[in-house]
Parts: sequence; structure tokens; C-alpha cells
Amino acid sequence: MAQQVLDAKGRLLAEYQALGENGAGHAPKWLRDIRAAAIEQFDTTGFPASRDEKWRFTSLKRLLEAQFSLSSEGDSQVTLADAEPYLLRVGAHQRLVFVNGRYSPELSSLSGLPDGVVVGNLGSDAIRESAVVQQHLAQYAKPEDNPFTALSTAFMTDGACVYVPDGIAVADPIQVVFLTAPGEEPMVRHPRNLVVLERGASATVVEKFIGLAESEYWTNAVTECVLGEQAKLDVYRVQREGEVAHHTATTQSYQARDSKYRLTTVELGGALSRHDINSVLDGQGAESCLYGLTQLQGQQHVDHHTTIDHAQPNCNSWELFNGIFDEKSRGVFTGRIVVRPGAQQTDSKQTNNNLLLSETARADSQPQLEIYADDVKCTHGATLGPIDEKALFYFQSRGIEAEAARNLITYGFGVEILNQIGIQELRESLDEVVHARLDRGAERRREAG
Amino acid sequence: MLEINNLHAGIDGAKILKGINLTVRPGEVHAIMGPNGSGKSTLAQVLAGHPSYEATQGSVTYEGIDLLELEPEERSCAGVFLAFQYPVEIHGVTNAYFLRAALNSRRKCQGLEELDPIDFMDVLAEKLEAIGWDDSLMNRAVNHGFSGGEKKRNEILQMAVLEPKLAVLDETDSGLDIDALKAVAEAVNKLRTPENSSIVVTHYQRLLNFIVPDFVHVLMRGKIVKSGGKELALELESLGYDWVREPAGVG
Repeated sequence: MAQQVLDAKGRLLAEYQALGENGAGHAPKWLRDIRAAAIEQFDTTGFPASRDEKWRFTSLKRLLEAQFSLSSEGDSQVTLADAEPYLLRVGAHQRLVFVNGRYSPELSSLSGLPDGVVVGNLGSDAIRESAVVQQHLAQYAKPEDNPFTALSTAFMTDGACVYVPDGIAVADPIQVVFLTAPGEEPMVRHPRNLVVLERGASATVVEKFIGLAESEYWTNAVTECVLGEQAKLDVYRVQREGEVAHHTATTQSYQARDSKYRLTTVELGGALSRHDINSVLDGQGAESCLYGLTQLQGQQHVDHHTTIDHAQPNCNSWELFNGIFDEKSRGVFTGRIVVRPGAQQTDSKQTNNNLLLSETARADSQPQLEIYADDVKCTHGATLGPIDEKALFYFQSRGIEAEAARNLITYGFGVEILNQIGIQELRESLDEVVHARLDRGAERRREAG
Repeated sequence: MLEINNLHAGIDGAKILKGINLTVRPGEVHAIMGPNGSGKSTLAQVLAGHPSYEATQGSVTYEGIDLLELEPEERSCAGVFLAFQYPVEIHGVTNAYFLRAALNSRRKCQGLEELDPIDFMDVLAEKLEAIGWDDSLMNRAVNHGFSGGEKKRNEILQMAVLEPKLAVLDETDSGLDIDALKAVAEAVNKLRTPENSSIVVTHYQRLLNFIVPDFVHVLMRGKIVKSGGKELALELESLGYDWVREPAGVG
């Protein structure tokens, strides 16, 4: 195991080296410095060890064994027709599409943005020269906190940059879509996104990770969201990587006074997915709401690791994560809530519900409360198990057959989260996916008798 | 309509009902009263077909069929309804969606076409009007975060939509203040017809001021120890259950 870790790490360090030498990673000095510091950090830390508390329930064995590479062939074979099923009609004019980690101008569409609003590729020179990017990029998701963030920072090239100036409201959602159509060779990509909302600005961002082929690859994504005073940001995130894909990601938010942040994340794909969600409330009156739905089958594994940092008084946070696990799939949820000294009047609620549809499915849930203030309200709750027999009888007593009742109760678990999605088109498309999976699961059970 | 004959039943090996006899004819309202632990709720659960309860002896015949042989959903389709003492909270599924699924199950076994959401809303509006309620509970998840009163109202609303022939109301009055109690009782009364029957299970006489029973039965230690008219409830109210405890072996 130690040898494999060294190999994976060694390969990444060599690739970083090559990137600098062949000029592919050309960048202004400030960015080169950030990258260099990040790879140095990764060199020091390496991949998490299995004894690392934060990684207790998630094995990186397969990820470290596979020979992922930055290079690839056949990059641009994805057509608009291939992409279409994953694109929303609403806000189609402000869409960034990336194929195998590279920005695709052909599939993207940028027009009619309000004055001063920037939506563009973070890898482009024009965007990198802006003061906003220099000020904010890689300032919130810290390489020292997470080796995958260190890798992202070291290798970051393309990704979305969204900037909304003071008081501007962007009505339609801004779509950021990462399509992966891997070739023969397993590839790794490090998509990197930055969303900055200035004072009183508001926007909705839809972030999708889609696998278009069933071969092995690795997406290592980081998204930083910065909310100025009274800013309002809704992020809808959909992870539908390929069945044998690996997905590691951090969604990092930083909030000033009276800002409102809402993240709704739906995890459906990948063989392995680890998503760190870190939310820092650093101004009074700020509010952070995190919603998550995980629906898995086969041997899929999803690990949500959330941290809400109440750094200032009078902030609210709300977390609701529902998981539906069938066959041999497995879910992990860690909900860490930190209330800093002096962060009085914190109001925080965390709920994690896990439904196990088979005897071989498994879920682990662990709340971690670190409270250093005395006048706060923090509650947490977790449920775990098969469908509640009481609920089942309740449905049956209303005439609904047992199997239909099971389906409906399970569906309710999903819908509870999907109902948080304010974009009807997106909600309905995900609703269909959830439904279809439930129907297939029910069919499997019927066939198995 | 319903004939319960020497019914013995229990849960997890514990014997709770020890020989219940009860006959309910169309249009009748029967009240089952009794102290805590007497078996009232067990009787309600056994009639609805809760899988944890087992009938060990005796029979329950409903409209000529053996009720105990039917699955809970088949009992519902046959027209039996239980208003739960503790309605279950469901994630995500809205009340409207749930009610439509329930009504369509009913219609399916009646050989009727299923209703689409639009037609269902018409049916629902009609039912709400009949019992004089608004649709404020419709778009919330079933019982999720409902107050005690809202949960009980929701049970009665389901009853209005499903139009049972035999409704069993299990402690529908528990946890209700007097206004909520009146509202629930009025709705139940509006749903009464000469063909439909109810069994009202309650600890207190209070509910029976509003839902006036034709018969009152006192259940103690798993047996009906006394039966009478509506005045029996008043006697119980003033004299307490100890009063009937004396003549052991009756019923």
C-alpha cells in the first residue's frame, strides 16, 4: 500500500514538473507562485493515509492504483448533440461547457450578460489578468487543509469564473458543465471554479459533472464561492460521473455579513465520490443552507464531508442530507460544525437521513460538533435503516400496495431534497432520473424474488 | 357489516384481546371506551391489519368476508379505514400526491379509471368543501412537521377522500384542544351516511359529546365488560372506570 501511494504521488509530481518544462502550464507569476506552493504542500502531505480520521470510511486504494494521466487524445469529439441532454434551456445564453477538462468555446454560449458581469474560462489570459481573480483565487480552499485541494491548485487551468458586481442580480442560472468522454488511457482532470458576488449581488449557478463514457477517469474539482455583504448565491450541483469514475471535490464558500448561500448537491454517479463542503460564515447575519441527495446502486461509494464554520455571531446554518442506498452501495456523511469563541446566537441544525434498500447497502453518519460559545442553538440528528415499517403500514392502510408504498416512501426521500431546486427544468429532469432508478431497483428486486 | 366473534389477539406473544364480541350494522356508530392498556388500540390495529399484531383465536367477518385474511391494502380497498392515533410523518411526499395515490388505489380495485392530477384536484376541492376545510395542508409533506391537531385533521381528510364503509377512529381526540376537537368531530359527522359505520375508540367521554354514538362498549383487560347506549359514556365520565370493574365476568 505504501508503495502504491508513493507511485501515485510520484507520478503527479513528475507531471507537474513536465507541465512547467513543456510550457503547457504557462501562467502569470502570481499564479505560478500559488501553484508552486500548492505542489510543495502536496509533496509534504501526500495522499491521506487510511488511518486519517477524515478518510476513515473511504478507501483510496483503487484511485491510487490506477495510472491516471493529464495527457489525452480525442478531446474534442463531443458534439452539441451529445451535450444537449445535460444542458438547460433556461439560461442557455450564459453557459460554460468543458470537455475533458478543456474549455469548449463551441459548446459554450455567452451573451446578454448584465453590465459588469463576467462569466468566462478561468484558464484564459483575459480572466487571469483581472484583479478580482488575483484577489480571490485559491484564497479560501487551502492546499494545507486537503491534499486534493493542493493538487487542484497545483494543476488548475480551465474552469468557470463568475463575477457579479455590486447590487447586480443575474436572473437566469449560469450553467457550468464538465463533460468527460475519456479515451483509452485513464485521465485525470482538475476543473477549478471561482464565483465572486460583490455586495448585494445575486446569482444562481448550476454546476454539472457528467460522464459520457464508461471508462475509468478521475475528476478532481474545486469550486470557491465568495459572497460579499448581503449577496445571495444559489448553487445547484449535479454529479453524474461515469460508473467507474472517481470524483474528488471541494466546494468552499466564504460569506460576509448578511449574505445567503444555498448549495443543493445531487450525487448519482461515479464508483467513488468524495465531496468536501466547507462553509465559512464570517459576518454577522450570514446564512448557509446545504442540501444533499445521494442515490446509489451497485458498488458505488459517496462520502460527504461537510464543515460549517461559524466564525461570527448571529449566523444560521441548516443542513439536510438524504441518502438512498441500494445493492452494495455505501454512503458516508460527516457533519462538522464549528462555533468559534464569541460566535453567540449561532443557530445551526443538521440532519442526515439514510435509507438502506438492501441488506448489503451501508451508511455511516457522524456529526462532529465543536462549540466554543455558550449561547448557541445547535442540533443534529441522523437516521439510518430500511424503510420504516410504520410508514409502510400507514401507506398500505390507505390502499397502496406494499411495493408501490416502498417506492413512494423512497421517492419521498429524494423529492424532499429535489424540492429545494428552484429551477423547474432541472428539478424535473432529476426527478426523472431518481424515478427511473427506483423503478429499476424495484424491478431487480422483483426478478430476484 | 362487521361481526367480531370471540377475537383473541396480541403482539410479541403478549395476549391483549381475550375474547371480543361485537356486531356493527350499517349506519351505526359504536364507541369503544376503556382505560389505558385495556386493548382499545390493539383492536383498532387488528382491524386494519397491522402486521405486528396476531389474531390467535376467533373471527372477524366484514361484509361476509374473513377480514383477517386480507392484506392491509385489501382491507382499505374493501372499505375499511383506520384513523391513526399517531399518524406517521413521511419525507418529501406531499399530502396531495399521497391522497391521489391512495384514491387511485381505491379506484383501481373498484375497476375505475385512475385520476390525473387535475381531475384529482377537483375531487379534492369537493371533499374539502364538504367538510368545510381549506387546502393549506395539501402541499406539505404528509404529516411532516404537522401539529397534533393538523395530523388528526389530516386523518379525517383522508377518510373524506377514501369514503370508507367502516371507519375506525383510534383516539382521534387525543392531543386536541376543544376547538380542534369540534372541527374534527363536525367533519366526521358530515361524513356520516345511513350506510356507513364507525367505531370510535376513545379514553374520554368528551369526544362523544360531538360524535354521538348509538352504542357504547367498555373494554377492560381485553374484554368488553359492559355495553349500553350513549348514556353509558356519561356514567363512565362521572363514576370512572372503577365503577364497571366490579361485575367481573360480564360480556
